[in-house]
Parts: sequence; C-alpha cells; structure tokens
Amino acid sequence: MTHHDDTSLTTEVEDTDVPAGFTDPGVADHEPRQADVDPKADRRAEWQVAAMFGISIIGTVIALVGYFTSDLDGSVASVRSANLWIGLGIALAMAGIGFGAIHWARTMMRDHEMVEERHELRSSDETRAAAIQNLKDGAADSGLGVEKFGGVRRRGLLKGSLITALAIAPLSLLVPQIANMGGDWDISKFAHTLWTRGTRLARDPEGTPIKASDVTIGSVFHVIPENLYESEHWIEEKAKAVVLLLRLKPEDLNIQPGREDWSFDGIIAYSKICTHVGCPVALYEQQTHHLLCPCHQSTFDVANGARVVFGPAKRPLPQLPIAVDDEGYIVAQDDFAEPVGPSYWERLTHIENEEA
Amino acid sequence: MIARLRFHRAAPYVLLFGLLIVLTAIAYFATTAREATAASDVSADDVMSGEKLFAANCASCHGLDAQGQDGVAPSLVGVGAAAVDFQVGTGRMPMQASGPQAPVKPVQFTDEEISQLAAYVASLGAGPAIPTDEMVDPELGDAAVGMELFRTNCAMCHGSIGGGGALTQGKYAPSLLETEPRHIYEAMLTGPQSMPVFNEANISPEGKRDIIAYLTFQEAGSAGGAALGAIGPISEGFWAWLVGIGLIIAATVWIGARAR
Repeated sequence: MTHHDDTSLTTEVEDTDVPAGFTDPGVADHEPRQADVDPKADRRAEWQVAAMFGISIIGTVIALVGYFTSDLDGSVASVRSANLWIGLGIALAMAGIGFGAIHWARTMMRDHEMVEERHELRSSDETRAAAIQNLKDGAADSGLGVEKFGGVRRRGLLKGSLITALAIAPLSLLVPQIANMGGDWDISKFAHTLWTRGTRLARDPEGTPIKASDVTIGSVFHVIPENLYESEHWIEEKAKAVVLLLRLKPEDLNIQPGREDWSFDGIIAYSKICTHVGCPVALYEQQTHHLLCPCHQSTFDVANGARVVFGPAKRPLPQLPIAVDDEGYIVAQDDFAEPVGPSYWERLTHIENEEA
Repeated sequence: MIARLRFHRAAPYVLLFGLLIVLTAIAYFATTAREATAASDVSADDVMSGEKLFAANCASCHGLDAQGQDGVAPSLVGVGAAAVDFQVGTGRMPMQASGPQAPVKPVQFTDEEISQLAAYVASLGAGPAIPTDEMVDPELGDAAVGMELFRTNCAMCHGSIGGGGALTQGKYAPSLLETEPRHIYEAMLTGPQSMPVFNEANISPEGKRDIIAYLTFQEAGSAGGAALGAIGPISEGFWAWLVGIGLIIAATVWIGARAR
C-alpha cells in the first residue's frame, strides 16, 4: 500500500473503445474534517465517544442490576420486566461500544485516502516453466505415465489397484444411504391407517366415542380412532388417522356416486390431512361448507365430496365411510379407500387395484 | 366489675349450627338469584317488547315472522336466546351492511332490550339458552385443559392464543382477546356466521369454561414482550424486515458515510 499523492493517474492499457478524452479522475481531493482543523471540534468528538462508552458502562450496570434484582415469581409480568431490563442493559452495553468505536474511527483517526495498486496476475515465465516441470517429474517418478524416466520401472499393479480403489470408494457412502432409503419404500404404511371396520370415532384429544345424536347440524368434531392410544406409535398413527366429522343439512349434501352409504343423515367424515403437503385441514366455514388449509389455502368443498375448489391441492380429501352401531355410536365401515395425505402417494394406486 | 355469665355447655355448638344454616340460606338465595338473572326469567311482557323491537330492527332482513329470507338472512326459529345475546350483545347485529363478515361494532341496544329480543326469539322455538355466570367463570376453569381443547378445536382459525386469523374471501376469525367470557361461550354453542357449532356434546360445559380460562390467561400478555397482535408471522416478519433490517441499513450508511 502506498499513500496516494498523485491524482493524475492514467490507465496503462490503451483501449480503442475508450474515448480519447477519457482520463482517470483519480480519487477526490482530501477534505479535512472539522476535528482535523478545529481543536474544539476534536475535543467535542472526544467527549461524544467517551459518552458512548459511558452509555455502554451504564448498560452493563443496568443488565447486572436487572439480573440480580429480578424476582422471577413465575408470573408473566415478572418475566417481562426481567427480560426488559437485562435486554435493555445488554443492548446499551453492546451498542455503546460499537457506536463509540466507529465514531472514534470516523472523526479522530487518520482518514487519508489510500490506493493499492494491482500487481500483475500472471506469474513469470520461469515460475510457470518450473511448475510444469515439477508436475512432469512427479508423473514420471510414479511410474504411471507412458514414458520411462531415469530407470523407474512402470508400475502397472499400482496403477490398476489405485484406479479400482478410487472407483469403488464412493460406494462406502452411497450404499448405506440407498439401503436406508430402501427401508422407507415400505409404502403400505402410508396406504393403511388405524381405521378398521367397527372402529369408533372418538373426540380428539379425550378419546371419548361420539354418538350420532351428538353431531348437530353445523357441528364439526375433531376425531381420532377410539383405540388410538393403545397403539405403540400413537403419534405417527394419529398423524395419518385424524378425521374431521361434520354434519350438514341433508339437502345441502351432494352425495358422491358410489358413496351412497358412506355418510349418515348428513353426517360425513373426511381425512384431516391435506392432499397437497399434509397440513391439517381444519378451518371450516360452516355457511359455505368450505374447508380451508392454513398452509397454502387449498380449499375443499365438503358438500361435494371435498373436491378442491381453490389452491394447490390436486385431489379431494379422502372420505372415511361411516355407519352407526347398535348403541348409536359412529363407527368406521372400513379404512380409507385411498391413501391419505400428499398427492405424490397417488402412485400407490396400484395397491388399491391389488386389493380390489 | 365483670359479671360472670354462665352458659350452657352446648351453647357454642348451637350458635355455630345456627350460623351455618343462615350462611347456607344466604348462599342458596344468592346463587338462585344469579341464575335467575342470567337465565332471565322470561315474562310475557318481555316477549311482547322483544317482538316490537324485532319488528322495528330485525324484520327487514329476517322477516316479520323471523323465518328468514333466502340469500338475505337465515331463519331465527330455534337459534335460541344465546345466539341473540351473542349477535346483538357484541354489536354484530343488526348488520350495518351485508358483506362476507359481520364485524363487531358498538352495541345498539341496552341490556334490557337485548334480553327482551332474546326472550322473543327463544319463544319461537327451543334453542340454546344464555349460560349462567358460573358456567363462564374463568376462575373455575382449568387453563391447561383449555389450552389442549383450544389447540385442537379453535387454534387453526383463531390462532394459538386467540389473536384471530384470515379466512377466505374477506371473512376472518376475529380476535378473542377482548371478548367477554359469556360471548365466547355463546359463540361455541351457537356457531355464529362462518364458525361451526361446538355443542355441549362436542365440548362439554366444563371444557368450554376451561377454554375461557385459557383465553383469560392470555390477558396477562406475552412473556416475550409485545405480542404484535398475536397473529403470527405476518406482523412479526413485518417488524423484522422493516425495523430490524431498516436499522441495519441505517447503521451501514452511517458507518460508510464520510465524517465532516
């Protein structure tokens, strides 16, 4: 680095595209700051920096006092006041040092413009030639090259074993990964849920069964299988089996062909897992019969087989066929007829076909 | 000189027993009196006055016989006193203009007029009654159980602490942070506007009170400081981008600027 003292620098390379009159304007003239010329301004800046460091010191004291005097009795108010004083103190302590240091550098430290000249990027011819010779020597020395060098014999065995080693080494990383993925190809677990013939629909989270007479028009029940908590992995099972149970006025409900006996007197049950990326679809607008997914605004029309009326979801919510048992409780007729959850499981349709 | 009075040995017990009877009686009359006001023992006069109020303020949309008009307003037969107390008591009804949402606005009627309207609508057909003070007392609820119920049944629309949230086409789930406990209960019971019904078989009366306790608990505020409306990433992100990044840019400009 050199101090810049010549403003009439010109570019070395003459480029014909550049207008003849173009010259490097160089850096702007150095303007002295107030603190450079006025001792009073210098003194003032000094005090300003000292004041900022002072604020930092006060901040540290506030944070420490806040820490030692806060009486955290478990109430929200006590946590808030502790957070406020400790946070405020730390903020002042850090900001005071930072602002003070910058202000010091800006106003009182030297501010002469500097120019750092670029050096030639290309190495000298001798260096380049020496580097290439090094590589050649190394290749010849290894005996892997085609030409014989200084009596070193060709090492075909080493060449072959090295290439083999390099070629198969990635397998040590790839094979376990692919094999682990293979464990997840057990797709049947996505095609089946806890629902079976006769499983009662129960309230989430209590697990108490629901009677058909409980479900009045306009109601929505968040539902789990009654035997959910008996399952060893009940959280995983819940993630697949959650259902929304609703009752519409029977005249509002357009029952889908082939599903005539899947609902009961306007009571209808759909999977709560969005067919887009699997969020719980649970924002139910009672008047429009629209069911909205909070993640990407997919909207399903529950009066018309939960078909998609808006948003990125590609297929309707799977419907759970329900019936009413002897005691008046709502039960499932069977598992879902299609995989629940995101659309990419559509490729599992062959499972349905197998079972059919 | 102190007179030495002699009492029968059983006197304290008799007095205590007497006091117990008096206290029980007071407690009994106090509760029944409160239940009576809450359930507003309806007189024929109330129904008559309510009918007049209805004809003057509600019938243009809901029809003179409260049967509703297709595409304008629903029938009010069987919606019960609770629906009237909620809709009129929060100012939602009468609606100022028809639109996707019936917003909260200043209440237009006195408590007496509301109870008369409620009495009239309740007389049209059986429906949910106005809950008693005890049913909605947050002190009697369990906020932890309420949180679990709220998370399952309410949070997807109203937000995790009841700050509210958007629905489709201009509709929204309102904030519950300023809503009176009685109105929260009535909303669950009657399913106003877009909201589905959560009847007593779905969420038990105790469960509803637990939910009220959970929402009342939110009044203490957020331990993390300003809740920014408690509507989630929108207001928080707005704050971070505008204020946070704004401050960083300001500091950068200040550091880079030439001192004078």
